[in-house]
Amino acid sequence: MQAPAGTLYRGREGMWSWVAHRVTGVLIFFFLFAHVLDTALVRVSPDSYNRIMDTYKTPLVNLMEVGLVGAVLFHALNGLRVMAIDFWEKGTRYQKQMTWAVLTVFVAVMVPATYRMVAHTFAELFGSTT
Amino acid sequence: MTAVVTGDLPVIEAPRSRRSGGGNGTNFEMYAWIFMRMSGLLLVFLVLGHLFIMLLLDGGVQRINFGFVAGRWASPFWRTWDLAQLWLAQLHGTNGLRVIINDYAERDGTRFWLKMLLYTSSFLVLLLGTLVIFTFDPDITG
Repeated sequence: MQAPAGTLYRGREGMWSWVAHRVTGVLIFFFLFAHVLDTALVRVSPDSYNRIMDTYKTPLVNLMEVGLVGAVLFHALNGLRVMAIDFWEKGTRYQKQMTWAVLTVFVAVMVPATYRMVAHTFAELFGSTT
Repeated sequence: MTAVVTGDLPVIEAPRSRRSGGGNGTNFEMYAWIFMRMSGLLLVFLVLGHLFIMLLLDGGVQRINFGFVAGRWASPFWRTWDLAQLWLAQLHGTNGLRVIINDYAERDGTRFWLKMLLYTSSFLVLLLGTLVIFTFDPDITG
């Protein structure tokens, strides 16, 4: 038995960016649910809001924050690629190159962004005074 | 690219052919498709801006507390930003999950109840988030 061949995306860059778009989208959706609830604590009391924010500042959640930013950044960049495929007349022809452009920009932004986000945690864990 | 195909293949209708039956005569799916692109474009700026300000600028998440929120929401600009962000992101995400449920939940009952759960939770999140932004009180005492 042979799988149907010749579909545009199957097993290639286009398919994997589609998969990653879905996965990151679902992750962001569930974070948004939690984020609206945690922010709603400003209507309860300053103290309860500050306590939930303190959990966001712990090393483990700080690491998850990097994952969240990565998910949002990929979803945003790939979303722009999807729009280019839909609305730019040469979009379909360059979809593969645009996938690599998305990944290049992703890495170029994530490296300094990760450094900034974990700098405090890093200093805290390893005892630097900065 | 020439594909050698063997065995039974699913029947795929020609693109743009009129569907017989199904659909309720509205263009809901087309408007949903357009909404995903329009809201997505706005969210690129709103959400990446939000993450940049909250997590990268100054001390990042370490400086966020009740006082920080009170300072931001003293400004109508940031309340408008956050309200637009909340509504666009929640509707964008709800439609995304609706599509995913339609794709993977094969039984009619499962699909129906998952979507009811999705719409109920989305409604509550939008209601709660909107109320919080509109009724925020910097002088609240806990």
